[in-house]
Amino acid sequence: MGRENEEMLVKNSEGIKCYHCGEACKQDHLVFEEKDFCCQGCKTVYEILKDNDLCEYYTYENHPGSALKDIFQTDKFLFLDNEEIIHKLLDFSGPEINKITLFIPKIHCSSCIWLLENLRRFNPHLKNSRVNFTKKTVSIDYSPSGISLREIANMLTSIGYEPYISLDDEKKQSQKDHNRDLYIKIGVAGFCFGNIMLLSFPDYLGVDFIQDRHLKPFFSILNILLSLPIVFYSGSGFLISAYQGIKQRYVNIDVPLALGIIALFGRSVYEIMLQIGPGYLDSLAGLIFFLLTGKWFQSKTYEGLSFERDYKSYFPLASLKEKGGITEIMPVAELKKDDIIIVRNQEIVPCDGMLLSENANMDYSFVTGESRLVDILLGGRVYAGGKQKGANIRVKVIKEVSQSYLTQLWNHESFKKEKRLLSQAIINRVSKYFTIIILLIAFSAFFYWLQQDIRIAMNAFTAVLIIACPCALAMSVPYTYGNVTRVLGRNKLYLKNVEAIERLNNTHHIVFDKTGTLTESGHSGVKFDGPMEQDLLQMISGLTFNSTHPLSRRIYNHLFEIGIDGKNLVIDGFREIPGKGILGKINGKTFKIGSLEFIKSDGYLATNENGTGKAKIFVDVDGKLMGSFQTADKYREGLEETIMGLKSNYDISLLSGDNDQEREYLMSIFPHDSQLLFNQKPEDKLNFIKVLQSQGKKVLMVGDGLNDAGALQQSDIGIAVAEDASSFSPASDAILSAGEVTRLPLYLRFTRSAKTILILSFTISFLYNVIGLTFAVSGTLTPVFAAILMPISSITIVAFTTLSVNLRAKQMKL
Amino acid sequence: MSVLIILIVASILVALLFLIGFIWAVKSGQYDDTYSPSVRMLFEDKEKEDRHPQKKEAAKNKSDEKSGETTSL
Repeated sequence: MGRENEEMLVKNSEGIKCYHCGEACKQDHLVFEEKDFCCQGCKTVYEILKDNDLCEYYTYENHPGSALKDIFQTDKFLFLDNEEIIHKLLDFSGPEINKITLFIPKIHCSSCIWLLENLRRFNPHLKNSRVNFTKKTVSIDYSPSGISLREIANMLTSIGYEPYISLDDEKKQSQKDHNRDLYIKIGVAGFCFGNIMLLSFPDYLGVDFIQDRHLKPFFSILNILLSLPIVFYSGSGFLISAYQGIKQRYVNIDVPLALGIIALFGRSVYEIMLQIGPGYLDSLAGLIFFLLTGKWFQSKTYEGLSFERDYKSYFPLASLKEKGGITEIMPVAELKKDDIIIVRNQEIVPCDGMLLSENANMDYSFVTGESRLVDILLGGRVYAGGKQKGANIRVKVIKEVSQSYLTQLWNHESFKKEKRLLSQAIINRVSKYFTIIILLIAFSAFFYWLQQDIRIAMNAFTAVLIIACPCALAMSVPYTYGNVTRVLGRNKLYLKNVEAIERLNNTHHIVFDKTGTLTESGHSGVKFDGPMEQDLLQMISGLTFNSTHPLSRRIYNHLFEIGIDGKNLVIDGFREIPGKGILGKINGKTFKIGSLEFIKSDGYLATNENGTGKAKIFVDVDGKLMGSFQTADKYREGLEETIMGLKSNYDISLLSGDNDQEREYLMSIFPHDSQLLFNQKPEDKLNFIKVLQSQGKKVLMVGDGLNDAGALQQSDIGIAVAEDASSFSPASDAILSAGEVTRLPLYLRFTRSAKTILILSFTISFLYNVIGLTFAVSGTLTPVFAAILMPISSITIVAFTTLSVNLRAKQMKL
Repeated sequence: MSVLIILIVASILVALLFLIGFIWAVKSGQYDDTYSPSVRMLFEDKEKEDRHPQKKEAAKNKSDEKSGETTSL
């Protein structure tokens, strides 16, 4: 290990982490300059950084990099040569300098920021770059004469920061403006609240301005002036929402709030104008300020994540179109019927077409969930969403992009409507009864006092509305759910909004996708049991390269990904025996790769064949068994417990795009009455969920691929499973990190206990209201009392919900 | 005691200045990303030490750095 600058293959390295990405190194790993690397990709990045004197990258965080799982292709960003596309992407373009903002999902630590802000050291034509960490973007200024956008994208990809380029980013912009708006509203409210409190101090202290009679009205007038922006700017959201609610004959929480705000403001102005008293403007300002902080707490979203993606995010932006012998790059949306396009290795076919090349190997896992490669011959149909593995192919367009088999799914009605608003949301049910009761009390107090004095009656009426203003009630939901969202976010379940929590709680039926959801993602599908010797693996690679069998290709691809490629080796007497395996001679050694019967090795027992449909490919050299490859998708560890944990509370179904060869195993872990459906097309999945919903069931869909997109959209709550949160997932209500799928029952239990906490916090706020109301109906409410009660009740709620949610999370070890 | 009025008006005006400052800060995007500035200030200005003077690009980088900084301010 001591020899520097020399690569070595090291065995038996337990607990060694990759210097670059921090992933545990497998049995074999690369050592370079006394540093461990898990794969060729990580080592390459290290070398690039070293050549550019950027190793400081590794000083800010340990293992800051991201593992490069895909093979990097230099032509992936070919579409960035298209002027039209470039023009749409640029923020600013001039002769000397262009500005572009790129979304890079892999940004995750301070080292990332450092490296991306030092891009100019790679190339002097990159002028200045700046990272926005929350949004995971980097803004780059570059001189277009020296470096092209495509070169920038390639360079970023080569160091592990692949930009994600899409043409529709308008939604993000409005989200940003909304956040800024809320900040300013809080700022204005805080400013007014503070000053009003200050000016109300003489009243709190009972100061009598005997000598300066003019001071008191001055303070009061100033208070009114200060309260104007708070009511009509900061508080406008509540008033508008209440108005819209009433217009739709629907009582939301903002209705009693708006009643309270109006009563507070009206009565205060009235009292100050007639010089009866100081008014309740301090309570009003505090109320709106606290409510806004609750809104802010609840609105914390994951800006780096997108919950709105459709197929466009998966498809290439542009295709290579062939016309009269010349190829040109063309945005996919402009492809017409009968155009001829070229699809390169690893590229996704953007539309349905007919194959014009000899043959193609399509990976339809996006569409069907089936992980096997499909061989297509000349003249065969290729469907949009398929990924070509192998040589470039020529395809004649049969249907335009938006009309293709897969993309048609997005024309389905369920994508056109927003998910129905939860009229059943707890807070709205509560506020409906709350409002009715408050109005009843207010009117009965009014009529009771009316017999004595209209002034006292008005006092009591407004006092009820003021004191009953459900500030604490309105804070319960944002702070309970806001805290729950944060806890779940720490545990890698990222919710789109707090409404998702109630949707989770309402679930009756859980539908799982199989591939990629219950099984580990196809990438880790190949595992070699045996000695990891480079020579041996290289020869295996050479043999499998010559075979067109899908399993051979998977082994070849797997070896290629870990940096081993033997396609140039000379093979004698290569033969492929259909259904059995391949054999050939390399360097005088006879290789047999295939099924157990094929190699007929003695003294070796197939272990771990527990009927889970795992395919094993054995490797035999000169009659000696060297090891085996395991290719079937692996079910996640702890899956049995997960299903067990769910089946007492929910109905469970499984929808798989795959064939049913694993039915037996799945039946053994799923409850007997659950439906297991195989060979499901994307549309079948959507319809299955629709049928359940028509039976009045609330459905939770857990899926990962584009093939689940329809089901995720149709379901009451869709959870997209993603390998890591920054990788792409279809539109959904929540994104769950793939490693945490088996913890789903725990998360569901947690959100259910959040409901209990919410109800407790409602009870507390009702208690405060009852205390206040007793003063209000008797007509003895004073401004000072209101000014004390209101903040105390709010603070109690914030403290109670925050503490209890986090305590519960700790108990459940979340 | 009418000096109180002047004082209060003055204090509110000062506070108003800060409020305007805050609004300007939000509008100019300073609250869009609250994480990276905290890390950025800890990065070393390596180019100032210049550990590799033999690299001819280093000098160029230095000037780039400076111009970059002024534009970002």
